[in-house]
Amino acid sequence: MSNDRPLNQMVTAQWLLGGESIYWVAGKGWSDSFTEGTVYADQPAADAALAEVQEFVKQRVVVGPYLIEVEVDRDGAKPTSARERIRAAHNATFDIDHGSWTARIAD
Amino acid sequence: MYRYDQFDATFVRERTEQFRGQVARRLAGELTEEEFRPLRLKNGLYLQLHAYMLRVAIPYGELSSTQMRKLAFIARRYDKGYGHFTTRQNIQYNWPRLDDVPDVLAHLAEVEMHAIQTSGNCIRNVTADHLAGVTPDEVDDPRVWGEIIRQWSTLHPEFSYLPRKFKIAVIGTETDRAAMRTHDIGLKIVRNDAGEMGFAFYTGGGQGRTPIIGPLVKAFVAPEDLLSYLDATLRVYNMHGRRDNIYKARIKILVQSLGAEEFGRQVEEEWLRIKDTVLKLPDAEVARIRSYFAPPAYERLPAYIPEFEAKKSADPDFGRWVRANTDVHKVDGYIAVSISLKPVGAAPGDMTADQMDVVADLSDAYSFGEIRVTHRQNLVLPNVRKQDLFDLWTKLKAASLAEPNIGFVSDIIACPGLDYCNLANARSIPVAQRLSRRFSDPKRLSDIGELRLNISGCINACGHHHVGHIGILGVDKKGEEFYQVTLGGSSAEDISIGKILGPAFSYDQITDAIETVIDTYLDQRTGPAERFIDTYRRIGIEPFKEKVYGGSKERRPAAE
Repeated sequence: MSNDRPLNQMVTAQWLLGGESIYWVAGKGWSDSFTEGTVYADQPAADAALAEVQEFVKQRVVVGPYLIEVEVDRDGAKPTSARERIRAAHNATFDIDHGSWTARIAD
Repeated sequence: MYRYDQFDATFVRERTEQFRGQVARRLAGELTEEEFRPLRLKNGLYLQLHAYMLRVAIPYGELSSTQMRKLAFIARRYDKGYGHFTTRQNIQYNWPRLDDVPDVLAHLAEVEMHAIQTSGNCIRNVTADHLAGVTPDEVDDPRVWGEIIRQWSTLHPEFSYLPRKFKIAVIGTETDRAAMRTHDIGLKIVRNDAGEMGFAFYTGGGQGRTPIIGPLVKAFVAPEDLLSYLDATLRVYNMHGRRDNIYKARIKILVQSLGAEEFGRQVEEEWLRIKDTVLKLPDAEVARIRSYFAPPAYERLPAYIPEFEAKKSADPDFGRWVRANTDVHKVDGYIAVSISLKPVGAAPGDMTADQMDVVADLSDAYSFGEIRVTHRQNLVLPNVRKQDLFDLWTKLKAASLAEPNIGFVSDIIACPGLDYCNLANARSIPVAQRLSRRFSDPKRLSDIGELRLNISGCINACGHHHVGHIGILGVDKKGEEFYQVTLGGSSAEDISIGKILGPAFSYDQITDAIETVIDTYLDQRTGPAERFIDTYRRIGIEPFKEKVYGGSKERRPAAE
């Protein structure tokens, strides 16, 4: 990333019990929805948010919070990496509905 | 198959309760994640991209129908209704909740299963030829020795904190169906010049970022010395293996840096010191373990079954499936059946709970209740009467389990990749699905013939890409997925490491690139009898490179 573009970041973590991806919403708490996550446009604010959420680690609510890079356009924020896009979708990218064998092989 | 004795049963039950206590302490805040992590990993529990993942050991890939039903029950009750069979002959559940895992382990313990030593720097689940005990020309049954090694290595106090993980595979034939020489120790059961049975030690093989074919370190170790020689090998590794750099910590790096000869000398020195101690295997103990693997009550049947031969001719689909999905059995009238877990467009190695129940029932009806898991992520019913094959095929078809593609290009090995795995750089399963659909025509598949295509989502190589005839490796370029292609690998007795074809391809380019490679093979081969790997070895990589990179602009890779 070039230096002249702002580095937009979000705080993410995983629920302790289920491991699902979650996103920090400033002033509210954790959300399962990436789109609700707060975007921090400067490093000190992002670092402060990351420090703030350590309390939830201590309370055994979440595991492993870290900052991810996001890009923001007219439609809102999006993860910049394939990894974070897949995490934000909360699922594998292919059809894992194995409930119907015929549906499974028809795709 | 092996049955737990009272010691085994008590041990696994106590271990489950110990983990239940550890989970409770974690949830109560008495353990931090840093403290809990090594404890959960010692019980096969990872934290992956979307959820926890539990890896369950299937020693030497053997399952009973009762165990398979339990795996189905767990998939249905504690997961999303399916499981994933891996290249280590294990099963992984992708979605368990942390607080459910102790109950899952308790259910597993009821059927003599567990998740111990499926993670961590210890001796992992011992793998073996999936046709063990039924294939002709076997010097001895690898499962017997796999079980002895399992008992020796489980919670071995000296080898619980090795420099890095340690994998052992055992085969009993010249044909290698277990990728034996890609393991930290590959054991081949052999006969010496005197006709005595023993073990050849291929030590220091591995895949990952430094793929190495395990060199022969000792040509013959007598059965009674198996454990002492293993112990000596592990001891030299434990003392001298690197602990300062995770990428250089596997035994293969030590063997390479010392040289196989010097490494062997050090092992020999240690072995001579300990070989006559308690590690000497008593014949009675070997016989006791062997009794658990006694052959089932085979009927006396003729080798030639006229109605079976007639059915093959009368029904071409059945005939095609028999040709692709069965192996010769050592007992006349019987055959070993492979169940492909690679139907067109499916996730390789995935199986629904309902399918698991179907296979459990079919194994009871047709295969003495016995099932094997293969390192290529398929299943085997090892003991089927030829006269039952048509009925079995009909029932497998009804459960989408009769894809006639074993050994063909759509019989793809794929790791979970970036759809699940925290370590992955790129997705593996959707790439496998696209390729499987591209090569879905059974006639085209059989025309292409034997072709091993392996996909790994990162350099850790769980998808065995280095040893695929065609290998695909997922790489990360600035957060996006790209795929590097290797050609010419093999994990069989003609083992070789694949060579990189050239610059990587994008997700949308990789299917076309692979098709070009295969079309090039079809153009270049001397005839249908020349396999892809043989053509590659004859003509080298250049003709493939020329076709893939020298073609139209659309085929050119998007990234260097």
